[in-house]
Amino acid sequence: MTVAAPTKPKNLKLIYQRPESLVDSATHYCPGCTHGIAHRLVAEVLDEMGLSDKTIGIAPVGCAVLAYEYFTFDGVEAAHGRAPAMATGIKRVLPDRVVFTYQGDGDLASIGMAEIIHAAARGERITVIFINNAIYGMTGGQMAPTTLPHQVTTSSPRGRDVATQGFPIRMAEILANLDGAAYIVRRSLHDATNIRKAKKAIRLAFEAQVRDLGFSMVELLSTCPTNWGMSPVEAMEWVRDNMVPAYPLGDYKVVPELQKLRV
Amino acid sequence: MTRELMKGNVAMAEAAIRAGVEAYFGYPITPQSELLEWMSKRMPEEGRVFLQAESEVAAINMVYGAACTGARVMTSTSGPGISLMAEGISYIAGTEVPAVIVDVVRGGPGLGNIAPSQGDYRQVAHGAGHGDFFPIVLAPSSVQEAVDLIGEAFDLAEKYRTVVFVVADGSIGQMMEPVSLPEPRPIRRERPEWAVTGTPGRSRRILTSLYLKPEDEEIVNLRLVQRWREVEANEIRYREYYLDDADYVVMGFGTAGRVALSAVRAARAQGMRVGLFRPVSLRPFPAQAVRELAQKAKAFLVVEMNGGQMLDDVQAAAQGQVPIRFYGRMGGMVPFPDEVLDEIQALVDEPPTLDEDPRARWLAHMQRRMS
Amino acid sequence: MAAKGWVEIDETLCKGCELCVVYCPVDVLILDKDRLTPQGYHPAALAKEGCTGCNICAVVCPEAAITVYREVKPRARAKAKTS
Repeated sequence: MTVAAPTKPKNLKLIYQRPESLVDSATHYCPGCTHGIAHRLVAEVLDEMGLSDKTIGIAPVGCAVLAYEYFTFDGVEAAHGRAPAMATGIKRVLPDRVVFTYQGDGDLASIGMAEIIHAAARGERITVIFINNAIYGMTGGQMAPTTLPHQVTTSSPRGRDVATQGFPIRMAEILANLDGAAYIVRRSLHDATNIRKAKKAIRLAFEAQVRDLGFSMVELLSTCPTNWGMSPVEAMEWVRDNMVPAYPLGDYKVVPELQKLRV
Repeated sequence: MTRELMKGNVAMAEAAIRAGVEAYFGYPITPQSELLEWMSKRMPEEGRVFLQAESEVAAINMVYGAACTGARVMTSTSGPGISLMAEGISYIAGTEVPAVIVDVVRGGPGLGNIAPSQGDYRQVAHGAGHGDFFPIVLAPSSVQEAVDLIGEAFDLAEKYRTVVFVVADGSIGQMMEPVSLPEPRPIRRERPEWAVTGTPGRSRRILTSLYLKPEDEEIVNLRLVQRWREVEANEIRYREYYLDDADYVVMGFGTAGRVALSAVRAARAQGMRVGLFRPVSLRPFPAQAVRELAQKAKAFLVVEMNGGQMLDDVQAAAQGQVPIRFYGRMGGMVPFPDEVLDEIQALVDEPPTLDEDPRARWLAHMQRRMS
Repeated sequence: MAAKGWVEIDETLCKGCELCVVYCPVDVLILDKDRLTPQGYHPAALAKEGCTGCNICAVVCPEAAITVYREVKPRARAKAKTS
């Protein structure tokens, strides 16, 4: 039995369609993966700001290693963790372009810890989209620096034992302490309201860059249905119930010029 | 042509500026920190980019980023830094973007010391990073030659879209010699057609070293091999001294080659028919020239400031056609001309045989000296 | 009376993740278990009357597969005619 669609109303106006800066093709991400939402939000923001054709994106090593395939603007591939350094090299020689990195929790908070902190400390005029899903996706579900205590992963099979495997790292809080940072916030992608807030944050982050205010990062609590062993809907609920308490949403550093901004 | 007395590190930095380098990213490490310091002063004066990175790992990745935009970019470091940079170097080569890396070599392995050595030969010439790629490696033996090679390095890097190392022994970086600096070249504003620049009005460009499908990766790998064969055909560099009628050939690069030259001159003055072959491109290695010398010479003496790294390449090129003996100082020790002269004398008086282990005599000699 | 809306789901992109179905506040979307997309997923589909064009499905869609329309209200059209 094929589903019968309801009657199509007459006189329709377009409310929303896929952003221009997204290439018109399917992605390799798992069904329900919030990478897709994050990519879409970045594309929407760059479209709305008219910046897409001045943008250079830096892809990480992780599930988003092919991120550059999905955007219509220029892109490069960084070594694992080194995207902020690569972005620094690019932005310093091309200061009038929009340069952003897109990094997961292994890339940014593990191997790339030095590079992210120093890029923020230097106040590099780059924007970082940090996808925090408490696990290593691409390599099959190992523990990440952001994995929660007692969380089961393939390298913490009995659950993360804080006595031997330490505690999760809250990156937004850490980077907010650096004077070079202009905009450091944490948002979540677990429902429509939060996704809308995340988009506003991404907008302000790029504003921080183009207004030459400093380093910007939006940490986005995200899902990994496949490696968490859940359905996409269950994974969204897991973020709401487990990650949001551990990683409080909010604005950790917003320079005055951005506070006044209405976008 | 005015000449200035300049420290090698400073001269190399200034030479790079005159060659139109647009961005320098580096990290302090002895014995090259003066290069970084000079850049920190001069690059902002010229309106160019200077940044001291948080580590060599970060530095090479900044270089990688800038290289992707088509900018002329370099870094400098010493052995431990090259080790840290290895992944980044492989990425730069795999992405086929140009970069110049200066290695001012110190004693090693490990932390070693800050005295000069040639212990990085094998690493930069044969092991700079993972995968099939081919850096060009140039080795100066004087501050002037270092200045000249820096300019060539950028041109070669861009011509062949590869990594070019200028490997200077710590002594070259530290010593002061009279130098003629080249005329400044203007910054080349036009970017190559592959450069990622975020420019409106053209289709998207992507630069990556990721080729998930093996069929695609193999195409890249083969392209790098083909390009390397062009480099081998066109970019071999070496210097020859007193070789026309030489029965014995001393071989050395960089400072070892320079010290050996003094010894060769002294030997000539004593009537020995000996010459010097000094590779300037360590990679591509002047194998053909070595092979030809192997047909004519009675013996080779390879002199290095390591345990015999270029020796392996000489042996491979000589294909067993000539007896070879080795003399080396390690750990930051610099050989003196009289040591090398003694070895030349021994070469003449007690020539090696084809089946002699090139290192045997040297090790026995060093053992005696150490005890 | 609530606005009438309409959504179109691009089945070359939809991966049947069901986020739109679950998050739709008026429950007009379903996962069509009787069909498969070219990629082998059960696509989401508009199955009932009542879509308000609220855009929530498009906001949660990871594939940006949903295009959202809203009916232009009759009063607004009348105003447009007379002005």
